[in-house]
Amino acid sequence: MKYFLRKLGMLLFTLFVALTINFFLPRLMPGDPAQALLGKMENIPPEQLDSLRAAFGLDSQEPLPLQYVHYLGNTLRGNFGVSFSRFPMPVAEVMRIAIPWTLALMGISTILSFIIGTGLGILAAWRRETRLASLTVGVFSFIRSFPYFWFGLVLIYFLAFKLRLFPIGGAYAVEATRGSAAWWLSVLDHGILPALTICISSIGAWLLTMRNNMINVLAEDYILVAMAKGLPLRRIRSLYAARNAILPSVTGFAMSLAFIVGGGLVTEMVFSYPGVGYMLYQAVNAKDYPLMQIIFLFIAASVLVANFIADIVVMFLDPRVRDGAK
Amino acid sequence: MIKGFLRTLVSNGKSLVGLLILGAFILIALLAPIIAPYPPKADRVETVVALGPPATNEEQIKEETPSADLDILTYRSTTTKDYQKVIHYFPLRAKPSAAHILGTDQAGHDLFSQLVWGSRVSLFVGLSTGLFVTLVALALSLVSGYLGGIVDDVISFFTNVMLVIPGLPLMIVIAAYITMRGVAPIIIILCISEWPYPTRLLRSQVLTLKNRDFVRVSASLGERTSFIVFREILPNMISIAMAEFFAMSMLAMLGEATLEFIGLGNVAVVSWGTILFWAQTNGALLSGAWWWFLPPGLAIALVGTSFVLINFAIDEISNPRLRKR
Repeated sequence: MKYFLRKLGMLLFTLFVALTINFFLPRLMPGDPAQALLGKMENIPPEQLDSLRAAFGLDSQEPLPLQYVHYLGNTLRGNFGVSFSRFPMPVAEVMRIAIPWTLALMGISTILSFIIGTGLGILAAWRRETRLASLTVGVFSFIRSFPYFWFGLVLIYFLAFKLRLFPIGGAYAVEATRGSAAWWLSVLDHGILPALTICISSIGAWLLTMRNNMINVLAEDYILVAMAKGLPLRRIRSLYAARNAILPSVTGFAMSLAFIVGGGLVTEMVFSYPGVGYMLYQAVNAKDYPLMQIIFLFIAASVLVANFIADIVVMFLDPRVRDGAK
Repeated sequence: MIKGFLRTLVSNGKSLVGLLILGAFILIALLAPIIAPYPPKADRVETVVALGPPATNEEQIKEETPSADLDILTYRSTTTKDYQKVIHYFPLRAKPSAAHILGTDQAGHDLFSQLVWGSRVSLFVGLSTGLFVTLVALALSLVSGYLGGIVDDVISFFTNVMLVIPGLPLMIVIAAYITMRGVAPIIIILCISEWPYPTRLLRSQVLTLKNRDFVRVSASLGERTSFIVFREILPNMISIAMAEFFAMSMLAMLGEATLEFIGLGNVAVVSWGTILFWAQTNGALLSGAWWWFLPPGLAIALVGTSFVLINFAIDEISNPRLRKR
């Protein structure tokens, strides 16, 4: 319980830090980019301009701490301001449309890559004298050093552009009726290639972590004892070695997740996949600061929550953590 | 100490391959003016040819007669020579050919030359960020791990907080607010998002070393803190710090390429990331110009792999269990 409370406290504090970074970033930057941008937006009615200024605290004669309090209040009430590039759409509305795409794409591909990568890692450690094992490790380490977006480009070029196996970008067929069977099929068709990009690029990270943990665990005495007792090898592999080796992988989940989410964002940009990452790309190009900021907050919050969940899972997997021992 | 470490690196097959790849790229970067056929931003070749022998015009401009037996005649002579300047513009968006082995981009820049020159920026940003982050992390972890107490609490708390705030979105947001001049801003942004990773890892190493017998003995013998930290703990952290240096350099190179690809870098700089940016902006992919976007990514991947290979070896050196039995 103490562990749970400590992790919960950490989660709340980190969320607070993310909020604070979000508040101070535009205010610390030299040259006041928001001001410059507002100057360019002539077609906006004055009263709207005022609300935009208010959103950035530009008009405000208020001292910074007071602005900060107002900002926190607005955030808690879900008032994130209005998008510059999709004016007058609230940024929260833009997010509501983008989030499901990202959750589905990233969720599925992250879980798949975790399962495949960890599984391959177990095998690569278990049979590490074989040539196949070292080949797998080598190939995935090579792939791991690809920039995600570039790997996406390569897959698009060969599989979508040359072989025409998949659509080149987007998330669904525009001509299909939303919700129809044909539409769902087109969603699947459009999702495979971006998911493949994220999966293949991130498998290496899980594989290497798991392999190294597993090799360490396999050298422990109790494995030797289990072998000497003549226990079935399959049992030793999964229940004795893998179960203990997987703990650091789950603990490392948060750190790796931050990378995968980052890579996933860029993958969406390459595929014009209408999720959060592609929104971020558009927001950056249109200098849509309110949209950019809510996206940063959303990504930070989801990584933090996923991290928290991983900590809770560790609590159930590891008796040392569960019973409160240090 | 470092010499011995390097010797072990060279004797390991994996790291030898890694060091060779890295060395080759560093050599290419250093010798860029020799290797690249054209300057990175050249879109034409100018040749100047002389036509015929010089023609001289002489003109008498003054005549003086100071005395009866002396005339001074002053001439102005102008030598003219005809030259021909032949400007050969590079073709735009050309396919690979003998003159341009990787073709040209939308402005007629030779892509092979850009790739060669681009290695300078990409390697510099990657390695300098790696070095800087590792040094910061070493300092922070030694202070926090060895001193302990409230200093440690504060440093490791902030490390843990920044560790879970996703780096790439943070970098994108910061980069979107500033105007990039040169590569210094990108290095700073990369450092801001990378420092927590090595700091946490190195700190736990300091904690382990602090409780080893040889350190405890020194402490109870009354050695100065600086002696214990720099002569006893630091030398034992070299291999792990090197591993972090390579891991962070790789991360920095990928981060730089990503930022530049999105268009948040300085697009006037020639680097592997900006080549990819221009390729994407000009639709290289859908016009089938593989020679435009494949090579920069491969170069990044090769350098990245060399870092990974070196790190495999460092892991094997510092953790005997990972070695081949």
